[in-house]
Amino acid sequence: MDKLHLDQHISRQYNSDLEDLRTELLEMGGIVQEQVRDGISSISNADSDLARKVITVEDEVDAREMALDEHCTLVLARRQPAASDLRMVLAVSKITRDLERMGDEAEKVAQMALALVEEGQRSQGYVELRHIAHGVLHMVDEMLNAFARFDVDAALAVVREDNDVDREYKSAMRELMTCMMEDPHSINRILNVMWALRSLERIGDHARNIAEHIIYLVKGLDVRHTSVSEMERQVSSRSK
Amino acid sequence: MTTTSGIQDVPVNGTVGEPFVDSAKLSMRNVNVFYGEKQAIFDVSLDIGSNEVIAMIGPSGCGKSTFLRCLNRMNDTIEGCRVVGSLNLEGEDIYGAKLDVVPLRARVGIVFQKPNPFPKSIYENVAYGAKIHGLVSKRTELDEIVETSLQKAGLWNEVKDRLDAPGTGLSGGQQQRLCIARTIAVSPEVILMDEPCSALDPIATAKIEELIAELSENYTIAIVTHSMQQAARVSNRTAYFHLGKLIEVNETEKVFTNPDHQLTEAYITGRFG
Repeated sequence: MDKLHLDQHISRQYNSDLEDLRTELLEMGGIVQEQVRDGISSISNADSDLARKVITVEDEVDAREMALDEHCTLVLARRQPAASDLRMVLAVSKITRDLERMGDEAEKVAQMALALVEEGQRSQGYVELRHIAHGVLHMVDEMLNAFARFDVDAALAVVREDNDVDREYKSAMRELMTCMMEDPHSINRILNVMWALRSLERIGDHARNIAEHIIYLVKGLDVRHTSVSEMERQVSSRSK
Repeated sequence: MTTTSGIQDVPVNGTVGEPFVDSAKLSMRNVNVFYGEKQAIFDVSLDIGSNEVIAMIGPSGCGKSTFLRCLNRMNDTIEGCRVVGSLNLEGEDIYGAKLDVVPLRARVGIVFQKPNPFPKSIYENVAYGAKIHGLVSKRTELDEIVETSLQKAGLWNEVKDRLDAPGTGLSGGQQQRLCIARTIAVSPEVILMDEPCSALDPIATAKIEELIAELSENYTIAIVTHSMQQAARVSNRTAYFHLGKLIEVNETEKVFTNPDHQLTEAYITGRFG
């Protein structure tokens, strides 16, 4: 039995409607997760084949987004959900949008990988990239786990991790600016790395958004636009 | 501690949320109702604020209608029904020995599930209460009350040319609005509605709901409904009853998005077996 008792409606069809939403979202999450991982690999390993695959997957992600939207609309129209069921449908709809945008950012990373391969590989900026990529991938994994388990603590951990990623992103930007000043010939190439970093940072932001939707789904708290400490305070004061 | 099986062991003692308000029109404390030996309501305390619309929801047999009918002593007519506890209408004891139920029911009117117009003309249906309560001395005053009440009930334009036609000849939705006109003709302070739309089609229901919103500017309204969407649409606060107990009272928006009690959640999301 899950925390939201999705399987306990009088109507078994309703149970399966909501369970399907959850499963479909996790499937879409899995595709985006792989897309992000492949995007990072393609840029780290200068793998243009993999980069092209990431770009192709985007169509599948878009199709999943539209299918999930349609499914949410049908549940709203047929069931007029309330309370945790309503929050489930709303959260799935919002999470879907964030996942799709994560896919868009992964595609941009792959585009940068292709550009970098064309220009020839040099190692400047790659240490920062790998470091941030590691953090972002971890966030994406944990965010999907948090949704699968309706786990608020895991969602909070994702939010905290986003703050770390943001900090590292700023520091990497400073570092790369210095590199550009020291070696003007590398400006074009470093700019591509910076765009890729920017996309990774945005993927982290979307993972954080999703974590906030999970907190809303499980606790009924709208924690958007609040600090991590305020979020933690609200979550602990709502012991449901 | 009493528990209910199903979702999980959920305590059902006490009321969560905000059952009390600052400016209470009706104030009930520790109300217990018995039908003979059987207890139907257990220790319910609740305020109903002035000009508020409060919805009472819960599964069949949970006591919501019983509780509603205590508020204007409609239960007096049921043999063996006994009401214990404190029920006040603006500080006046509803069950006080000196209180006359006829003026009480003028102050606290009720609309029932099935429209029940008198077998009289539309005009007479609305005029009846004003006449027996002696609210008018002249025919012109009565005409004015009938017209105003029918206008407030959103029925005037549909019946103004056939006021002498029998009330029972109207459609179901029109009959229900006629009953509402009849209720408001005696200038009540509170209107109780016991599933007022359950016998109506969606269009008639929408008209009654629109009417409730308009009436709430001048009256306090308590509505018992089986339609969760209706409760969500028309009320400011929602009270959830379960097995004769008042489980939760909260702002309607909160009850339908993030209720405090698991039993409320289970009921409004259709998880009760």
